[in-house]
Amino acid sequence: MGVQPVIRVAGLAKSYRTAAGDFTALQGVDLAVEAGDYIAIMGPSGSGKSTFMNLLGCLDTPSAGDYYLAGRNVAQLDREHLAELRNRLLGFVFQGFNLLPRMSLLDNVALPLVYAGIDKPTRRARAAELLARVGLGRHAESLPSRISGGQQQRVAIARALVNRPQLLLADEPTGNLDSQTSEEIMRLFGELNGEGITIVLVTHEADIAVHARRQVRFRDGRMVSDERSEREFGG
Amino acid sequence: MIRAMLSEAWQAMGANRLRTALTMLGMVIGVGAVVIMLAIGQGAQYAVQQTISTMGSNLFIVLSGSFTTSGVRSGSAGAPTLNLADADAIAELEGVVNVAPTHQGTRQLVYGAQNWSAQVIGTTPEYLAARAWSIVNGAAFADSDVRSATRVALIGKTVADNLFGDEDPVGKTMRIQQNPFVVIGVLGSKGQNLDGRDQDDTVIVPLSTAQRKVFGTPFLGSVRMIMVQADHAENMQKTMDSVTALLRQRHRLRDGQPDDFFMRNLSAAAESEAETTRTMSILLGAIASISLLVGGIGIMNIMLVSVTERTREIGIRMAIGARERDILTQFLLEAIIISLAGCLIGLLLGLGGALLINLLSGMVIVISGSSALVAFSVAAAVGVFFGWYPARKAARLDPIEALRYQ
Repeated sequence: MGVQPVIRVAGLAKSYRTAAGDFTALQGVDLAVEAGDYIAIMGPSGSGKSTFMNLLGCLDTPSAGDYYLAGRNVAQLDREHLAELRNRLLGFVFQGFNLLPRMSLLDNVALPLVYAGIDKPTRRARAAELLARVGLGRHAESLPSRISGGQQQRVAIARALVNRPQLLLADEPTGNLDSQTSEEIMRLFGELNGEGITIVLVTHEADIAVHARRQVRFRDGRMVSDERSEREFGG
Repeated sequence: MIRAMLSEAWQAMGANRLRTALTMLGMVIGVGAVVIMLAIGQGAQYAVQQTISTMGSNLFIVLSGSFTTSGVRSGSAGAPTLNLADADAIAELEGVVNVAPTHQGTRQLVYGAQNWSAQVIGTTPEYLAARAWSIVNGAAFADSDVRSATRVALIGKTVADNLFGDEDPVGKTMRIQQNPFVVIGVLGSKGQNLDGRDQDDTVIVPLSTAQRKVFGTPFLGSVRMIMVQADHAENMQKTMDSVTALLRQRHRLRDGQPDDFFMRNLSAAAESEAETTRTMSILLGAIASISLLVGGIGIMNIMLVSVTERTREIGIRMAIGARERDILTQFLLEAIIISLAGCLIGLLLGLGGALLINLLSGMVIVISGSSALVAFSVAAAVGVFFGWYPARKAARLDPIEALRYQ
């Protein structure tokens, strides 16, 4: 296990100003995620897990508290720097896959590298490598609409990993998939984790969460439990 | 990076071909209209400039006064109040470049079996200088010809064509009234003047010969008209004032007595004509610019729709690391490409249209590189200006909201 946690949050809180007054979505969350860990965040809707995910994903800034990502406090950075962090340190996998429909799979996977300012030959080579890693090397020039949901999610995972992030964030990655495809995706996550990639997974399904090494539960904007799985992980 | 964005912009435009084409059409019409209108406006200005330049610049004429006999008024230049000494005195004034006393009228010309009626101008060689009139064949007459009243003539192109046909007129003898004149030169063509009169339908002879042999004159040495050329357009009024003062003094007119001559500024009429066409040209350009503006608003409209439609895409791009300026550049690039492409097509159609107008109606058109450049840079500016707001709107989207957008 790594010496320095990839994620360390302390006293993290988020409240929104609404017409009905201030609404606290998240309060006093402390959590550390070591490099190479695989953690599932669970909770019913409205528990604050999505808010937490947005903060972890640098899509939003907290109202209070500190967030150290790879040793750097990113709690109060501006939009420009947050965008850079998302590009360099984070990889996102969404419930709805979120591939760009007009681009080939290869271009979709290579897109984060465009924003990283990497030249085209390198972009294509790395994207092809990742596509092959998720088992879709032969479909590089297809459009997303030509492949199945499970395959689209694999492409999304390849895209998330293309810029070698510190952390893979998956928000209900199996929410739109049937159970067999879900199993395949979870197996892929397991393999990636076995290769040393740190994964944070948000889900409300217990049988998905058991794939992770560690389960964290949220309720009413607070973290209520943090358990390590007894299950043995094989590479 | 920019190349990747260009290809993305291309893809985005290709995804909605009809819409892109229609948006572009707005620019095409706008730029096309500007190009055609500028071509017509500048053409009209050019045509007027041409006409004015054939007249000579900074000219005014002094006409002898009128007289009244038994209640019948003679009109201007009826009374013999101006004489050659007046002309010589005017020539001494500061700011005067050329002075040409003239006497003109319409007379019948005869050569061989042909005859033709044309305007005959009796004057001095300075007249040619004042009106910037060149000799294309043969030579002009000199002051010595005026002094000795030789019977020589310069003829305009129209006269040459009608009287001599294919023959070379130089050296031939024609008759004005009954008097034989030797043609010593053919004048360069000047075309119509502002009144539409053919300036080439003219014969120029020495003033003295004209007065003695062609028109006759009541008093020797009197002259009906003196053409004066000032050195600068700004000096016109000053020169006219000093000529007035000089003539009043020479004619011994007391204060309160009216002038016994008339003065007319020829350049003023020409300038007002030029001003009119300039105004028309600006007006045409302004109207055409409005269609360019409408085209620009069309771009803005479509870009706003496009941003709304692609909100989710923008959210995805932001999630994987697109910065504000990346999104801004992407949408701005699209707007600029549409406007530049529209501009290019508009430019070609505009040029084609202008040439077609010229071909069909014979209207003078002028296509200048500068007007094309203006249309082009205006279109680029329109693209940036009207693309900016939608692009900024896209760049400022909240990534969470954008990702959630359905």
